[in-house]
Amino acid sequence: MAFLFAQFLTGLANAAALFLVASGLSLIFGVTRIVNFAHGSFYMLGAFIGIYLMEILPGAVGFWGAILLTGIAVGLIGAFVEMVVLRPIYRAPELFQLVATFGVILVIQDLALMIWGAEDRLGPRAPGLRGVWRIFGEPVPKYDIILIAITPFILFALWYLITKTRLGVLVRAATQDREMVGALGVNQAWLFTGVFALGSALAGWGGALQLPKGGADLLMDFNIIGAVFVVVVIGGMGSLPGAFIASVLISVLNVFGVTYLPQSTLVLMFVVMAVVLIIRPYGLLGREEVAGEHGQVGAPETPIRPYGPMGQALIAALLLGLALLPLFVDQFMLILTIDMVIFALFAASLHFILGSGGLVSFGHAAFFGGGAYAAALLVFHTDTPMELAFLFAPLAAGLLALGIGWFCIRLTGVYFAMLTLAFSQLVWSLAFQWRAVTRGDDGLVNIWPSEWLSGTETYYYFALILGVGGILFLRHVIHSPFGYALRAGRDSPRQAEATGIDVKRVQFVAFALAGAMAGLAGGIFVFAKGSVFPTELEIAKSFDALIVVFLGGVKTLAGGVVGAGFMTVVEDWLTRLEYWRLLLGLVIIAVVIVMPEGIVGTLRTLWRRIRNTDEETV
Amino acid sequence: MSEILRVETLKKSYDGFLAVNGVSFSVAKGELKALIGPNGAGKSTCFNMLMGQLKPTEGEVFFEGERITGHKPRDIWRRGVGRTFQITGTYQSMTVIENVQMALMSHHRKIFSFGSRAWKLYREEAFEFLETVSMQDQADRPCSILAYGDLKRLELAIALCHRPRLLLMDEPTAGMAPSARVELMQLVADIVRDQGVSVLFTEHDMDVVFAHSHHIMVLNRGELIADGDATAVRNNPQVQEVYLGGGTLFKEESHA
Amino acid sequence: MNFLRRTVLATAAAMALVPAAGFAQETIKVGEINHYKRMAAFAEPYKLGIELALSEINEAGGVLGQELEFIFRDDQGDPAEAVKIAEELMTRDGAVMLTGTILSHVGLALSSFAAEKGYLYLASEPLADSLVWKSGNPYTFRLRASTWVQAAMLAEEAAKTDAIKYATIAPNYAYGQDAVEAFKANLKRLKPEVEFVAEQWPALFKIDAGAEVQAIERAKPDAIYNVTFGTDLAKFVRDGGDRGLFDGRNVYGLLTGEPEYLEPLGDEAPEGWFVTGFPWYGFEDGTPGKTFVDAYTEATGETPKIGSLVGYMTAQSIAAGIEAAGATDTESLVAAFEGLTVENTPIGELTYREIDNQSTLGAWVGTTALEDGKGVMVDWEYKDPAPYMPSDEDITAMRPAE
Repeated sequence: MAFLFAQFLTGLANAAALFLVASGLSLIFGVTRIVNFAHGSFYMLGAFIGIYLMEILPGAVGFWGAILLTGIAVGLIGAFVEMVVLRPIYRAPELFQLVATFGVILVIQDLALMIWGAEDRLGPRAPGLRGVWRIFGEPVPKYDIILIAITPFILFALWYLITKTRLGVLVRAATQDREMVGALGVNQAWLFTGVFALGSALAGWGGALQLPKGGADLLMDFNIIGAVFVVVVIGGMGSLPGAFIASVLISVLNVFGVTYLPQSTLVLMFVVMAVVLIIRPYGLLGREEVAGEHGQVGAPETPIRPYGPMGQALIAALLLGLALLPLFVDQFMLILTIDMVIFALFAASLHFILGSGGLVSFGHAAFFGGGAYAAALLVFHTDTPMELAFLFAPLAAGLLALGIGWFCIRLTGVYFAMLTLAFSQLVWSLAFQWRAVTRGDDGLVNIWPSEWLSGTETYYYFALILGVGGILFLRHVIHSPFGYALRAGRDSPRQAEATGIDVKRVQFVAFALAGAMAGLAGGIFVFAKGSVFPTELEIAKSFDALIVVFLGGVKTLAGGVVGAGFMTVVEDWLTRLEYWRLLLGLVIIAVVIVMPEGIVGTLRTLWRRIRNTDEETV
Repeated sequence: MSEILRVETLKKSYDGFLAVNGVSFSVAKGELKALIGPNGAGKSTCFNMLMGQLKPTEGEVFFEGERITGHKPRDIWRRGVGRTFQITGTYQSMTVIENVQMALMSHHRKIFSFGSRAWKLYREEAFEFLETVSMQDQADRPCSILAYGDLKRLELAIALCHRPRLLLMDEPTAGMAPSARVELMQLVADIVRDQGVSVLFTEHDMDVVFAHSHHIMVLNRGELIADGDATAVRNNPQVQEVYLGGGTLFKEESHA
Repeated sequence: MNFLRRTVLATAAAMALVPAAGFAQETIKVGEINHYKRMAAFAEPYKLGIELALSEINEAGGVLGQELEFIFRDDQGDPAEAVKIAEELMTRDGAVMLTGTILSHVGLALSSFAAEKGYLYLASEPLADSLVWKSGNPYTFRLRASTWVQAAMLAEEAAKTDAIKYATIAPNYAYGQDAVEAFKANLKRLKPEVEFVAEQWPALFKIDAGAEVQAIERAKPDAIYNVTFGTDLAKFVRDGGDRGLFDGRNVYGLLTGEPEYLEPLGDEAPEGWFVTGFPWYGFEDGTPGKTFVDAYTEATGETPKIGSLVGYMTAQSIAAGIEAAGATDTESLVAAFEGLTVENTPIGELTYREIDNQSTLGAWVGTTALEDGKGVMVDWEYKDPAPYMPSDEDITAMRPAE
């Protein structure tokens, strides 16, 4: 009994930092609708700045004063980021801002490396709080008790701020109806800045408060972000009490998981999230999302039409150029182009459901990696001929998408995104942990194409035909009645349902189709690289695709493909430099600010302006 | 007189609050019938139950003698019921004519067709429907730049696509200029006459209601307090109280 | 100040990274692929070690009369990216062979790629033993001491005590699992009566230290085997120390004594753990190890890490290999690397075994202690790996037929 209680206390102590970071993210999302990937970076900054301040400020007063100052400092950094990076793009399509926050992550990572160096830092101890107190005979670290005691005060302070102050009233109003706040004459820009600063400050406090239990290192931004998103989603996005309950729930469950299911550490929280979302689609205390009901933020998409003669000629010329490429360039250029084609198909498959269907998936890598693994497993375990195993990639990925889609399609918006993320994480952990079959992170190696395909040039044509074929197929579907029905369900699900369209079913089929196409990309990938590892199923892989789709332009048809091509080239070029993450981050932020409609979208607008065409014509 | 729609003791409660409390009525074939009432009377709730967007707590709905209570909107639509919305729901990323083509594709069960080019399908048929609502000149404009009244007319065209036998219109003229209102309702009346469609609509504008409907029902606090022709309703003391109390006056001769 | 120095170094490095295509001077190029950003704490000392060796080699006339040059590329820790870069290095940049990587899975991807394309790959730092055993191939050689061997050294020490009940804690991925498996197998062989009462598997760099410590304490083990490292280790040591987990228990730590992990712990470094590591501070004057440490400290202004040593020996091995081959084509290089002997390394003579392409780099084992507020290894000795290796028959059975 005493042991269980001590475990419970450990969970509560762990919940403290998690709650701080998660409440900040929840607040930011609730008011600004920004899914802030960079929130973990503010947490990391909090840890580094906290250590720095604690080193100059002596004693207990210095320690707690340093924590307080850290929050303020990180809050200011947050305000700066909001004003410089996010403010220019609030009118961009929903979720576009997450690309910018991804750029912020990269910039902060390299800046932190420059300033603080690569070595891990151990956090200073809280003065006078080293050692343990015994509770029912069980040792409990003193600092844990302090954390447990502090958390309710933080919750109370936030609660007071939100319910009793003018800022709080505005925040709540904005959470419910953003346009209304603007209509009330409140300066929305400053409200957003203030909330973003507060949210960042909370993350900074979280980073500083955990120091006596850990420290600061350059991986902590990515390491916490998953857990934070899980907490915010389980609690219900925008709900502070929800975030509190969820952090306690996750932390306590985790402690028991460690003891009774030691292998569960990788997936437990994602399993919990999936279960919660399946039972309560909007989290424990979340409200149904209304965003998207009356169309997306920003200018509506223009009607689509297949390319005219000139466009077709251009595409044909491009394809011809690609077909003749082996005559002009060296082997490496071919390999780079293969990579580009694979990525373009992967991005196009995500773009298909995201752009036409309005379904933002955060877990699309499950199908890319799933396809790659399906083919690789066959080759590895049964020596299946490459040609047959290859066919299995899109098939298996499509089936996987049918299974995952069955659960996810019933949700919308960010909750849909998070449930796809949870499922992709489950697939990842399966590949990671089921060593007997998948060899874990040792991966499946020596998955090379058949003899007749093994030359770089031959494989180039193979990849080109299937990759471009897949992309053209998706485009064709977009122009078909099915594609129109998909867009109809996105534009006005109510009207679509009222005119006989089974929106969910259409989305379900589209999801499976996108999954199969991602699997095809995965199939081309695995035989090009000769190996596959769980990295291909990681969250980062899903985000890669997401980012290039937004970068290319969600509300265009070529966005995914162009974004993928752009990113492959830029990355290939930049990673040769020492501080490539800083540069890449800045490039992304610059593109986002200069081209809020994405590369293709903005070029299209420019083109129209140059030709001075009437906006109305198609 | 054969009825096309029959509603029996329809109820809807939200956490104990009865938004619609035992409403029964019917709509006859070829009839243009209005459902009116002050704000919060339960008109939209009632409509959403008829069309399947909401599940009734109690009561039944019959369309052409068959029970459709609690069926999904798309199933009710397939049976031959069309509807327009108070706040228009059109496909912003498509052109005007594509909006109509979309409904036609659904009607012809082409949703899961992957082969053909959607914008070529049923174009002529769609054009005829646009002509019905005098929108043919704007057929190829993006839907997102239409004026509000035009959106309403487009929605009507969409609703007519599967040649419904009953049309449910939720505040068809809301947010339109007075002249446009008369025009639109005249159009609806013509459709009722020419195509034998029955129409049930809710409306705020009493001019519109008294000028165009064959019969009028009045809903107040979830209960039906009157059901009859214009004169009967106008003379109903309960109705007068509700509307006088609510500050809305009948303009007796305005429709003349 | 620190910031300024880093910036200067970084700028210099960035300039060095730009391929020097314009220079007429013929050089022999080696492609080096690593996770310079994702694993910066490990990759930086490694790179400094290589650079030190390169300057020494080129001062002494280079190899085959030409300058030896490394092209450093960042793969973001992504195996697919690494494979792409490898192709570019070999086909476009004129590299004669490949080396690098810390993360095992990236190493495995490169190894498979090297075998398919017929390139030579010297896996410098990856820990996975499958590189040379289960997934071994004729084109892949490995420098770093094998996990199996290091675990066996700890197991040998553990078997000498009367501890029966063991708990293990290891990061939940292939390396952690291999390390636990190796320790268990060796200990069971030496002392069949031991039992393993708890196996904890925290996610890499996401340890919930309090919970892990409680779970181990609950199993009441006599001794603990630790494989966690980096921030996980720091949190585990801290929480375990506070809660008294290590009191009266023997703890065996794989890699725990490496400066990369011991130094950040400062005065909270655990005392009395039996660990493998790199006690450079204890090297005696006149030994090759001390010579390396002095040269490194002088050149970089930093104290060496184990990565520095590996980097240094990587460049030494490659220089020796090319020299022995007398040519730079893959076939000659592979032939030269088989059984290659590298003279004058910090550990003396190093050999690449013909049977599995694994180097004979051993490990330092010792006990941790606190000196001047810093964790160090005391009573350490350098152990040759030979006695701890699986038998030749076992290795031949493990390696895929060539």
